[in-house]
Amino acid sequence: MKIDRSLINKLAELSKLEFNEEDAAEIQKNLGNILDLVEKLNEVDTEGVEPLIYMNENVDVFREDKVKQVISKEEGLKNAPDKDSDYIKVPKVISK
Amino acid sequence: MKNYNKLVDIQVDLADGKLSCVSLVQSYLANIQQNQDLNAFLEVFADEALARAAELDRKSGAKGKLYGLVIAIKDNICYQGHKVSASSKMLENFESLYSSTAVERLLAEDAIIIGRLNCDEFAMGGSNENSAYGPVLNQRDKTRVSGGSSGGSAVAVQANLCQASLGSDTGGSIRQPASFCGVVGMKPTYGRVSRHGLIAFGSSFDQIGPFAKSVEDAQLILEVINGQDEYDATAIQNRVASFESKEQRKYCIAYFQDIIDSPGLNAEVRDAFLHLIERLRALGHQVVPKTFPYLDYVVPAYYVLTTAEASSNLSRYDGVHYGYRSPSAKNMDQVYKQSRTEGFGTEVKNRIMLGTFVLSAGYYDAYYSKAQKVRRILSEAVNEVYDSCDFILSPTTPSTAFKLGSKTSDPIEMYLEDIYTVLANLVGNPAISLPLYESKEGLPVGMQLMTKNQHEADLFALSKELMTE
Repeated sequence: MKIDRSLINKLAELSKLEFNEEDAAEIQKNLGNILDLVEKLNEVDTEGVEPLIYMNENVDVFREDKVKQVISKEEGLKNAPDKDSDYIKVPKVISK
Repeated sequence: MKNYNKLVDIQVDLADGKLSCVSLVQSYLANIQQNQDLNAFLEVFADEALARAAELDRKSGAKGKLYGLVIAIKDNICYQGHKVSASSKMLENFESLYSSTAVERLLAEDAIIIGRLNCDEFAMGGSNENSAYGPVLNQRDKTRVSGGSSGGSAVAVQANLCQASLGSDTGGSIRQPASFCGVVGMKPTYGRVSRHGLIAFGSSFDQIGPFAKSVEDAQLILEVINGQDEYDATAIQNRVASFESKEQRKYCIAYFQDIIDSPGLNAEVRDAFLHLIERLRALGHQVVPKTFPYLDYVVPAYYVLTTAEASSNLSRYDGVHYGYRSPSAKNMDQVYKQSRTEGFGTEVKNRIMLGTFVLSAGYYDAYYSKAQKVRRILSEAVNEVYDSCDFILSPTTPSTAFKLGSKTSDPIEMYLEDIYTVLANLVGNPAISLPLYESKEGLPVGMQLMTKNQHEADLFALSKELMTE
């Protein structure tokens, strides 16, 4: 199928990615090539075939739903790029 | 230090006092130091490994099954208190708060973890050239790739930088580099090893598995790390204590005639493959050609499904809770977009875009759902082969290790490298790459055996027969 720039822009927005002109042209080309390859799948007759979704035979294996303290607040904050002693910080979301 | 093929020989020398855990770790550290140019390790846990070795040397009483095993882990497997970056700038300084189940089980059996290993970014690639920390070089020929995505895991064992390693295999990421580097690499049945603590790529494909110098060591490691886990609902519910076969059987081994006839198959690899078929027959096994009309569809189905899963799995990297945040982001949308744009490499972005496309409204049925249906057809076709045969045999890869930089310009050429390995992941089967041949140039040529789900014991049995004869 034909991949145009507006589709690239839409996918970039959905993916939360940004591309400059050069990269957008490159990804447009790559995506077009891979979709040409992928369209080979249309040669396979899948009429009446159920999608295969779960690879394991054991379904619904749950552990007991018990509250456990697995990590501390300090650990939870440890890898945050911006934080204070209690919270992860982000740029202001609501402006006055 | 002598190059031990099997852990059991190390354990004998440890028991005889010819070796100590400390001296073992010291020799590996020296090898790592001498082979830094291979770029296999992203971080060496030198002091810690030495301290643990000293502790193990002092340990009295019963020793764990992996006593004396110095092992390294792919940089997408979590180890508490250690960095794990998936070879991405996105997670450059990320430190894991917990250990993967596989790592916990290694440690419980007295293994020593010596470091974390380079790989393709988020395990996406077949040459280790997608790492944010540079490619891994093949020790056999440093102008060639290690394979990928677990390139560091393969080269670390190839160059005797450790006795064994863990990798992960989503479409061949253990078997292909094992083949390129001349070591044993094994992907267990889907669900055999818990994925808890493995950084997710394609969750219905990913499996942790061992790299080793011998089938015996690969088997032993799998015996330790397999089994149910309350943190992974997809893990197979029975733990297997031993994959040892009681009797040596004569097997029926299938191969696909289309593979031999394919123009994409390197002539030397083809000759090796034909030789192996004759050898198996001479050993008394039955080897039969089968038609498999779906070979052209495995790579397309694989890329639709894994990129879809990847686009979903990688949505968690948002620059907020952990990982890279762009210093120039001024509002929330910029935090997401700029952090992801600057934090991810090109191939990862390619795959997120493709995955987002196949899952998006209007294309979902035509691509994603279609590929899931093809996946069922592939699964049924493979099971039909197993109605009359025990194994499916193929070369692991169409060619030997290629030159660095030779396939980076065309992603599709790189994707087609996976043609023989992705089938096992699409249908969940266990598969192993065995270093059975060499090209005239001295490059390793691996052969792949794949078998029914949960039949690892047979896989190890035939592998050992082929490696010892």
